[in-house]
Amino acid sequence: MPISNDRPPQNRGLTAIAGAMSLITVLLIVQIWLLSAALESFLSGNRHSALPAAIFSGVMFLICLGLYAFVDRVDSDVRGSDTGR
Amino acid sequence: MNWLRRGSKGETSSEPLWKEEFSVRTADERYVTRRQLTKFLVLTSLGMFVGNLWILVRSLFYKAPAYPQQNVAQIGEIPVGGVKLFNYPTKDDHCIMIRTAEDEYVSYSQKCTHLSCAVYYSQAENRLECPCHKGFFSIKDGAVLQGPPSRPLPRIVLEARGEQLVAVEVKG
Repeated sequence: MPISNDRPPQNRGLTAIAGAMSLITVLLIVQIWLLSAALESFLSGNRHSALPAAIFSGVMFLICLGLYAFVDRVDSDVRGSDTGR
Repeated sequence: MNWLRRGSKGETSSEPLWKEEFSVRTADERYVTRRQLTKFLVLTSLGMFVGNLWILVRSLFYKAPAYPQQNVAQIGEIPVGGVKLFNYPTKDDHCIMIRTAEDEYVSYSQKCTHLSCAVYYSQAENRLECPCHKGFFSIKDGAVLQGPPSRPLPRIVLEARGEQLVAVEVKG
Protein backbone atom coordinates (compact mmCIF):
# COMPACT_ATOMS: atom_id res chain seq x y z
CA MET A 1 0.00 0.00 0.00
CA PRO A 2 1.59 3.27 -1.06
CA ILE A 3 2.10 5.84 1.64
CA SER A 4 -0.05 8.88 1.16
CA ASN A 5 2.20 11.86 0.89
CA ASP A 6 -0.28 14.36 -0.39
CA ARG A 7 -0.34 16.55 2.71
CA PRO A 8 1.42 19.87 2.36
CA PRO A 9 4.92 20.12 3.87
CA GLN A 10 3.71 22.67 6.43
CA ASN A 11 1.24 20.16 7.94
CA ARG A 12 3.73 17.30 7.90
CA GLY A 13 6.26 19.54 9.60
CA LEU A 14 3.77 20.55 12.25
CA THR A 15 2.93 16.92 12.97
CA ALA A 16 6.61 16.06 13.38
CA ILE A 17 7.13 19.02 15.66
CA ALA A 18 4.06 18.14 17.75
CA GLY A 19 5.40 14.58 18.13
CA ALA A 20 8.82 15.82 19.18
CA MET A 21 7.26 18.25 21.65
CA SER A 22 5.19 15.47 23.19
CA LEU A 23 8.31 13.37 23.67
CA ILE A 24 10.15 16.29 25.23
CA THR A 25 7.22 16.88 27.59
CA VAL A 26 7.23 13.25 28.72
CA LEU A 27 10.98 13.35 29.28
CA LEU A 28 10.64 16.58 31.21
CA ILE A 29 8.01 15.08 33.51
CA VAL A 30 10.32 12.14 34.20
CA GLN A 31 13.18 14.58 34.90
CA ILE A 32 11.04 16.56 37.36
CA TRP A 33 10.12 13.35 39.15
CA LEU A 34 13.78 12.26 39.14
CA LEU A 35 14.91 15.57 40.66
CA SER A 36 12.31 15.46 43.42
CA ALA A 37 13.11 11.81 44.20
CA ALA A 38 16.86 12.50 44.27
CA LEU A 39 16.34 15.50 46.55
CA GLU A 40 14.08 13.53 48.88
CA SER A 41 16.64 10.73 48.99
CA PHE A 42 19.52 13.16 49.62
CA LEU A 43 17.70 14.92 52.45
CA SER A 44 16.84 11.63 54.12
CA GLY A 45 20.52 10.71 54.26
CA ASN A 46 20.83 8.32 51.30
CA ARG A 47 23.59 9.69 49.11
CA HIS A 48 24.07 6.75 46.75
CA SER A 49 21.20 7.61 44.43
CA ALA A 50 22.58 11.01 43.40
CA LEU A 51 24.99 9.68 40.76
CA PRO A 52 22.54 7.45 38.80
CA ALA A 53 19.90 10.19 39.02
CA ALA A 54 22.34 12.76 37.59
CA ILE A 55 23.39 10.38 34.79
CA PHE A 56 19.80 9.59 33.79
CA SER A 57 18.85 13.24 33.96
CA GLY A 58 21.83 14.12 31.74
CA VAL A 59 20.86 11.45 29.21
CA MET A 60 17.30 12.76 29.12
CA PHE A 61 18.54 16.31 28.64
CA LEU A 62 20.68 15.15 25.70
CA ILE A 63 17.66 13.43 24.16
CA CYS A 64 15.66 16.64 24.61
CA LEU A 65 18.48 18.58 22.97
CA GLY A 66 18.49 16.13 20.06
CA LEU A 67 14.74 16.49 19.68
CA TYR A 68 15.10 20.25 19.70
CA ALA A 69 17.71 20.00 16.94
CA PHE A 70 15.23 17.81 15.03
CA VAL A 71 12.45 20.37 15.49
CA ASP A 72 14.80 23.12 14.36
CA ARG A 73 15.81 21.14 11.28
CA VAL A 74 12.23 20.22 10.31
CA ASP A 75 11.23 23.82 10.78
CA SER A 76 14.03 25.04 8.54
CA ASP A 77 13.31 22.36 5.90
CA VAL A 78 9.63 23.17 5.73
CA ARG A 79 10.31 26.87 5.55
CA GLY A 80 12.82 26.24 2.77
CA SER A 81 10.38 24.12 0.76
CA ASP A 82 7.62 26.61 1.41
CA THR A 83 9.60 29.56 0.08
CA GLY A 84 10.77 27.47 -2.89
CA ARG A 85 7.23 26.79 -4.07
CA MET B 1 23.13 33.83 18.68
CA ASN B 2 23.85 32.83 15.10
CA TRP B 3 22.77 29.25 15.75
CA LEU B 4 19.23 30.50 16.18
CA ARG B 5 19.21 31.68 12.58
CA ARG B 6 20.76 28.60 11.08
CA GLY B 7 19.06 26.89 8.19
CA SER B 8 18.87 23.15 7.66
CA LYS B 9 22.24 22.97 5.96
CA GLY B 10 24.00 25.14 8.48
CA GLU B 11 23.83 28.30 6.39
CA THR B 12 23.00 31.58 8.06
CA SER B 13 19.62 33.01 7.14
CA SER B 14 19.71 36.38 5.47
CA GLU B 15 16.64 37.48 7.44
CA PRO B 16 17.19 38.88 10.91
CA LEU B 17 15.80 36.90 13.83
CA TRP B 18 13.03 39.37 14.61
CA LYS B 19 11.61 39.01 11.10
CA GLU B 20 11.50 35.24 11.52
CA GLU B 21 9.94 35.45 14.96
CA PHE B 22 7.27 37.97 13.93
CA SER B 23 6.21 36.37 10.73
CA VAL B 24 3.53 37.91 8.53
CA ARG B 25 2.11 34.53 7.51
CA THR B 26 -0.12 32.67 10.00
CA ALA B 27 1.38 29.25 9.25
CA ASP B 28 4.88 30.51 9.97
CA GLU B 29 3.70 32.12 13.18
CA ARG B 30 2.40 28.76 14.41
CA TYR B 31 5.88 27.40 13.81
CA VAL B 32 7.49 30.16 15.81
CA THR B 33 5.37 29.63 18.92
CA ARG B 34 5.92 25.88 18.85
CA ARG B 35 9.64 26.28 18.33
CA GLN B 36 9.84 28.76 21.19
CA LEU B 37 7.89 26.44 23.46
CA THR B 38 10.24 23.60 22.52
CA LYS B 39 13.20 25.81 23.34
CA PHE B 40 11.65 26.67 26.70
CA LEU B 41 11.02 22.99 27.46
CA VAL B 42 14.62 22.09 26.61
CA LEU B 43 15.91 24.89 28.83
CA THR B 44 13.70 23.57 31.65
CA SER B 45 15.20 20.14 31.03
CA LEU B 46 18.65 21.70 31.37
CA GLY B 47 17.51 23.23 34.67
CA MET B 48 16.44 19.80 35.95
CA PHE B 49 19.80 18.35 34.93
CA VAL B 50 21.67 21.16 36.70
CA GLY B 51 19.55 20.50 39.80
CA ASN B 52 20.54 16.84 39.76
CA LEU B 53 24.19 17.82 39.29
CA TRP B 54 23.91 20.13 42.29
CA ILE B 55 22.59 17.25 44.42
CA LEU B 56 25.44 15.06 43.15
CA VAL B 57 28.05 17.69 44.07
CA ARG B 58 26.49 18.11 47.52
CA SER B 59 26.58 14.32 47.96
CA LEU B 60 30.22 14.07 46.92
CA PHE B 61 31.34 16.83 49.27
CA TYR B 62 29.09 15.81 52.13
CA LYS B 63 30.78 15.58 55.51
CA ALA B 64 29.09 13.64 58.26
CA PRO B 65 28.53 15.90 61.26
CA ALA B 66 30.57 15.24 64.36
CA TYR B 67 28.29 14.61 67.31
CA PRO B 68 29.29 15.36 70.90
CA GLN B 69 29.18 12.69 73.57
CA GLN B 70 26.78 13.55 76.31
CA ASN B 71 25.68 11.83 79.50
CA VAL B 72 21.92 11.59 79.39
CA ALA B 73 21.00 9.40 82.35
CA GLN B 74 22.19 7.02 85.02
CA ILE B 75 21.48 3.36 84.37
CA GLY B 76 18.44 2.45 86.47
CA GLU B 77 17.48 6.09 86.89
CA ILE B 78 14.13 5.58 85.21
CA PRO B 79 11.80 2.58 85.77
CA VAL B 80 10.85 0.11 83.04
CA GLY B 81 8.28 1.86 80.86
CA GLY B 82 9.52 5.21 82.12
CA VAL B 83 10.60 8.15 80.05
CA LYS B 84 13.26 10.81 80.29
CA LEU B 85 13.50 13.92 78.12
CA PHE B 86 16.83 15.48 77.24
CA ASN B 87 18.41 17.69 74.61
CA TYR B 88 20.90 16.33 72.08
CA PRO B 89 23.08 17.22 70.15
CA THR B 90 22.21 20.87 70.82
CA LYS B 91 19.96 22.37 73.46
CA ASP B 92 17.35 23.03 70.77
CA ASP B 93 17.05 19.35 69.79
CA HIS B 94 14.60 17.68 72.13
CA CYS B 95 14.87 13.93 72.55
CA ILE B 96 12.97 11.24 74.38
CA MET B 97 14.48 8.18 76.03
CA ILE B 98 12.36 5.18 77.03
CA ARG B 99 13.36 2.21 79.14
CA THR B 100 11.62 -0.60 77.29
CA ALA B 101 12.99 -3.50 79.35
CA GLU B 102 15.18 -4.10 82.39
CA ASP B 103 18.36 -3.58 80.42
CA GLU B 104 17.04 -1.98 77.22
CA TYR B 105 16.86 1.71 76.45
CA VAL B 106 15.83 3.42 73.22
CA SER B 107 16.00 7.08 72.36
CA TYR B 108 14.60 9.17 69.52
CA SER B 109 14.28 12.76 68.48
CA GLN B 110 11.09 14.11 69.94
CA LYS B 111 10.33 16.11 66.82
CA CYS B 112 7.67 14.49 64.61
CA THR B 113 8.93 14.15 61.03
CA HIS B 114 5.63 15.50 59.73
CA LEU B 115 5.29 19.00 61.20
CA SER B 116 7.68 18.91 64.17
CA CYS B 117 5.16 18.48 66.96
CA ALA B 118 6.58 16.80 70.08
CA VAL B 119 5.91 13.07 70.17
CA TYR B 120 5.19 11.30 73.46
CA TYR B 121 5.39 7.71 74.63
CA SER B 122 2.12 5.81 74.94
CA GLN B 123 2.78 3.00 77.38
CA ALA B 124 -0.62 1.41 76.74
CA GLU B 125 0.04 1.09 73.00
CA ASN B 126 3.83 0.79 73.36
CA ARG B 127 4.51 3.31 70.65
CA LEU B 128 5.43 6.94 70.15
CA GLU B 129 2.51 9.15 69.23
CA CYS B 130 2.24 12.60 67.75
CA PRO B 131 -0.85 14.34 69.16
CA CYS B 132 -1.17 16.84 66.30
CA HIS B 133 -2.06 14.57 63.38
CA LYS B 134 -2.07 11.12 64.93
CA GLY B 135 1.25 10.00 63.52
CA PHE B 136 2.40 6.84 65.29
CA PHE B 137 5.98 5.54 65.43
CA SER B 138 7.37 2.16 66.39
CA ILE B 139 9.21 2.01 69.67
CA LYS B 140 11.61 -0.59 68.22
CA ASP B 141 13.12 1.43 65.37
CA GLY B 142 11.18 4.68 65.10
CA ALA B 143 9.48 3.58 61.87
CA VAL B 144 6.17 5.15 60.89
CA LEU B 145 3.23 2.94 61.88
CA GLN B 146 0.42 5.23 60.88
CA GLY B 147 -0.38 8.78 59.91
CA PRO B 148 1.02 11.51 57.73
CA PRO B 149 4.76 11.34 58.61
CA SER B 150 6.75 9.91 55.71
CA ARG B 151 10.08 9.36 57.47
CA PRO B 152 11.01 7.52 60.67
CA LEU B 153 12.09 9.38 63.80
CA PRO B 154 15.86 10.02 63.98
CA ARG B 155 17.36 7.60 66.48
CA ILE B 156 19.79 8.65 69.18
CA VAL B 157 22.52 6.04 69.61
CA LEU B 158 23.12 5.31 73.28
CA GLU B 159 26.11 3.60 74.88
CA ALA B 160 26.38 2.29 78.39
CA ARG B 161 29.61 3.47 80.02
CA GLY B 162 29.84 2.30 83.59
CA GLU B 163 26.74 3.58 85.29
CA GLN B 164 26.12 6.20 82.66
CA LEU B 165 24.07 6.18 79.45
CA VAL B 166 25.86 8.30 76.89
CA ALA B 167 24.38 9.68 73.68
CA VAL B 168 26.99 9.41 70.93
CA GLU B 169 25.26 9.86 67.57
CA VAL B 170 22.05 10.70 65.73
CA LYS B 171 21.03 8.30 62.98
CA GLY B 172 18.44 9.02 60.34
